[in-house]
Amino acid sequence: MTFFEDLRVGTRTEVGHHTFVADEIKAFAREFDPQPFHLDEVAAARSHFGALCASGWHTAAVCLRHIVEDRQHRQAELRRRGEPVAKTGPSPGLRDLRWPTPVYAGDTIAFAQEIVELRPVANRPDVGLRIARNTGTNQHGELVYSVLSSTFIERRVKSE
Amino acid sequence: MRAFEDFKVGDIAEFGPLAVTAAEIKSFATRFDPQPMHLDEAAAQNSIVGGLVASGLHIVCMHMRLFADGVLRNSTSMGSPGVEEVRYLAPVRPGDGLTLRVEVLGARPSKSRPKMGLVRFRSHLVNSNDKPVMEMIATLMFERRAAPAENEVAP
Repeated sequence: MTFFEDLRVGTRTEVGHHTFVADEIKAFAREFDPQPFHLDEVAAARSHFGALCASGWHTAAVCLRHIVEDRQHRQAELRRRGEPVAKTGPSPGLRDLRWPTPVYAGDTIAFAQEIVELRPVANRPDVGLRIARNTGTNQHGELVYSVLSSTFIERRVKSE
Repeated sequence: MRAFEDFKVGDIAEFGPLAVTAAEIKSFATRFDPQPMHLDEAAAQNSIVGGLVASGLHIVCMHMRLFADGVLRNSTSMGSPGVEEVRYLAPVRPGDGLTLRVEVLGARPSKSRPKMGLVRFRSHLVNSNDKPVMEMIATLMFERRAAPAENEVAP
């Protein structure tokens, strides 16, 4: 399973959820995105966000961890059953990334991945390109994160 | 304080370099992208990339740090609604130094929020050999310095 030929457009996978607490929001921001509304409750309260909220890249990074771990769990299961495991990666990039609603301290975000397009790759008979929409949704059902992510996936049979 | 009005189309600036270490590559990967080529030199040696490389999202986060320190510090930044595109152009390895080159592609007042303007940037991260490793096109929101006059407010 999970070679390029096994993938289907429309397949949706719930990859896990995460509660963003104030301390980790601030720690991530100190390292990668030191803006006042990610660093300090008082400054955030004065900003247009109104309260401490996570860096958008923090949301993206936590989503990535859930996607990678979900894939690794499924690959480990295949290995246990003695089945072949397709190679994945690298990613050539991402596009149409949106942060429509802030992620506030205490929010719990559910992450999912849905395959939106599968296409052959010129001069690469060994792989196909999977384009997936990765999303994060908060406990109120509001979309907080959405991105189209491209990844090369090994083919079971080399294309002509 | 740098406000919306201070960003002009065609403005170019350069910030950095930011040094990349093996410890940071592995620390980011442990937390957010636990794949062998980002975690372990020996495993990475046997992979398609031929040695330890930074997670793509780690490259994006290092870009954010350079952008925050260089462009957003002491600005009226209101965050970002999104990113049009990120392209990974070359691997980032331990010992690389990353320089941010940023260009203002567009600047327009918000139609719905008169106190805010939107600035569209194109960023390149280049390594110590002047080779681009990542390109990003993103929009950021900034407060305007003065409340716009009545006749400037878009419907």
